[in-house]
Parts: sequence; structure tokens; C-alpha cells
Amino acid sequence: MTTPSITVSSDPQLQYLLRLADTCLIHAQRLAEWCGHAPVLEEDIALTNLSLDLIGQSRALYSHAATVEQRLTGVVRDEDAYAFLREERDYRNPTLVELPLRRGISGPAEDFAGTVLRNLLVATLLKQVWEALSAPGGTADAELAAIAAKSLKEARYHQQHSADWVVRLGDGTEESARRLRDALQRQWPYVAELFESDATDAAAAAAGLGPRMADLRAAWEAEIGEVFTAAGLTRPKSTPFRSTGRQGVHSEHMGFLLAEMQSLQRAYPGGVW
Amino acid sequence: MSAVAVPVDRAALAWAALATVMDLEVLVVLLVELGIAREAWLAEDGAVEVLLTPTYSGCPATELIEQQARAAVEAAVSGPVRVLTQRAPAWTTDWISAEGRRKLREYGIAPPGPVELPTAGMGHAVIRFMPRAVTVTCPHCDSPDTERLSAFGSTACKALYRCRACREPFEHFKPI
Repeated sequence: MTTPSITVSSDPQLQYLLRLADTCLIHAQRLAEWCGHAPVLEEDIALTNLSLDLIGQSRALYSHAATVEQRLTGVVRDEDAYAFLREERDYRNPTLVELPLRRGISGPAEDFAGTVLRNLLVATLLKQVWEALSAPGGTADAELAAIAAKSLKEARYHQQHSADWVVRLGDGTEESARRLRDALQRQWPYVAELFESDATDAAAAAAGLGPRMADLRAAWEAEIGEVFTAAGLTRPKSTPFRSTGRQGVHSEHMGFLLAEMQSLQRAYPGGVW
Repeated sequence: MSAVAVPVDRAALAWAALATVMDLEVLVVLLVELGIAREAWLAEDGAVEVLLTPTYSGCPATELIEQQARAAVEAAVSGPVRVLTQRAPAWTTDWISAEGRRKLREYGIAPPGPVELPTAGMGHAVIRFMPRAVTVTCPHCDSPDTERLSAFGSTACKALYRCRACREPFEHFKPI
């Protein structure tokens, strides 16, 4: 027996919330793959703690999304329905966060350097988002502002921790610097998508729900640039490649991630702790 | 005429009960001292409402804390009890009371220093292993000569430190 999938409203404000929630959840799911595998115990604890914070943030966002969707359509759902019962096309995270870290389709995908780099890119993005949303007048949605104010404190710590490691590896040995450079070449083509504006973004901004992602790019670039300089990294050139996860069109890795993440809830409908 | 009913302040009773609930992890500190239990009042429909605020988004103890707070209040007052969770204003370690800090230290956990928010950007010029403006003092021997072993610890709210004077490891409640 399996649980049928849900179909969520395409309302842009709901989709805006789900993009944020999915970014946190899918990033957290990838980080959790490191549990028990990090090079040192301290970083094993760090990666799983980052994951835990992100899962908590996604839970708050999904619960809020449920309230919003109920207001729109009258349908009652909970956070688990969004996390576990949607089809791949209905997840709206950028492709960057779904790319494998530990467990690729055929073996490990990123090393530790690639993982701390991904953390820096994503934590810096989320920090900009939470900063914008928690600023006075940043959103017309009081609950979203409250979630942002809390998440900002966590994102700041995540950013500092990952920045520390990027500098340590970039300014470390020849081998650590090479690995970090290689990871940057692999991941940078997926950065463009993070800041692409589209109808969902525009509608959310027009409704006063939150910033367009494009508006966050300058601040993101400035902070990333600061870390790259300290780490001896050069910002790669932009490429014409565009990933499309935020539109629901994901990489080949997403299906495998969801299969693992959803299997328990699909096999045991409504299962709780 | 029957006996005159003595008015019972159920909100005050609820608050008194709430003020006895311990944290789940640090078993000497009260929820009130941590700033997690915020308020108790009487709602219009006669129910007692108590307000909690979550600490870390991912703290696995959030639900259990809620259950224990509810159980304590329900045991103390008659009638329906509602536990409300409110995120805004966001919890900060600055809300931990002086007594809470004293108990943390006594328990072996270095209490958090004041939260210092960056004014802009990254908040510090060169990013090399999180510059720490505030010295973390060893809860065992009071030496300020300590070093951080791990930015994350056994729970979401703590980091792991070591004292260079007495050589003892200890936990530090992260300022957030």
C-alpha cells in the first residue's frame, strides 16, 4: 500500500513559501547523508546540526504554508504532507541543493570541500532572504517575518562556520585548495538559478510577501566575494547553463533523493514518531 | 445562602505551575529562567492560555517541552488549558535570567555572553574561525584561558570548549 500524492495550489504566494521551505528541506536531506561519515567528529556533529536547524526551518515554513493554502482552498494539510507526499515536479528548490553530496547515483559525488562550499553558497543565500524578510516592512506576512527573524540567527552561524572552512581549505594545502577550486567549478553554473526572477517572484514582491531573489544578488556577491578573497578563490565566469529546479524541473538526482526521503511515509501512511 | 466562593486567579495558578517546569536537557534550569515560558493568562472563553517560545528551529525538545508545560498547568488549574507557541519576538539567549546563568555555570555549562549583532555584511573583516569578542570563562575554574573545540555540540544550543588552565572540557551555551 502506498499513500497517494497531493497536488498543491499554484497560487504564487504559496509557491513562494514552498520554494523557501523546499530549499531548506532538500539541503538538509543532503547534509544528513554525511551523518557518520565526516572527516572528523566535530564536523560530523556540525553537518548534522546544520541539517537539524534547516529541517526545523522547513517545518515552520510548511506549517505556515498549510495555513495559507487552507485559507486559499479550504484544504487542510500538515507539514508532513508537503514534505513527503508531493511529486518531484511540485518541489521548488533550486537544483544546487539537490545535487548529491555523499551519495550520488553511482557513488560519492562531492567531497568535504564541496560540501562546505555548498554550505557557504546556500547559507549566504538564506541569510539574505531572512534578513530581507525580517527587516521592518520586509514582508506583509507576520508569521513569515517571525520565522525569518528566528532563522536569521541560525543562518548567520551556518554562514560563519562554512566560511571558516572555505578559508581554511582554500588557504590550506595544495590538495585542499585544488579540491575547493574543483568544487567551485562544478557548483558555480548552478548559482545563476538562485537569483532568477520569474512570475512567482514578481507576484510575491508585488503582494508585499517578500523580495525578488534578483534583489538579493548584490549583497550575496559581496559576502561571498569577501570569503573567496580570504580563501584565494577566483569567482568563475558565468556560463549560459541554467538549472530549473525552482520551476519544478529537476536534475536526474532528485528522484533518488525523494525515493529515499519519502519511502517511509509512503509505505506507512500517516506514520508519526 | 451557600458559602461565598473565593475567587481563584487561575492565570496566576497556571503561571506558578509553569514556573516549576525544568528544561529537559539541563535538568537544573527552569523554562522560565531560560525565557522559554513567557506568560499565562485567562482567555475570553475561560480557558487558561500559556505562551511558550521555541529556542532553535530544529530543537528536538520543542514538542516535549510543550507537553510537560501543559501537564504541569493542567494539574494545577481546572478547566481547559491551551499552550500557544509564538516565534515573534525571536528568542534570544539574552532572555536567560541571571539565576538561569548562575545555574548553567554551576551545572558545568558556560553561559552565553551578550548577543552582539553585526551591523552590516559578514560582521567581521577577515573570516578566520569566528573571531570571538567575548571571552568564554571556564565554569570549573573561572579561567578566561579557554579554546573552542567544536562550533557545534551535543545539542543545538551548545558548543564544545576546553579550558587551557584546568584542562577540563566544558560546554558553552551559544549566544544567539
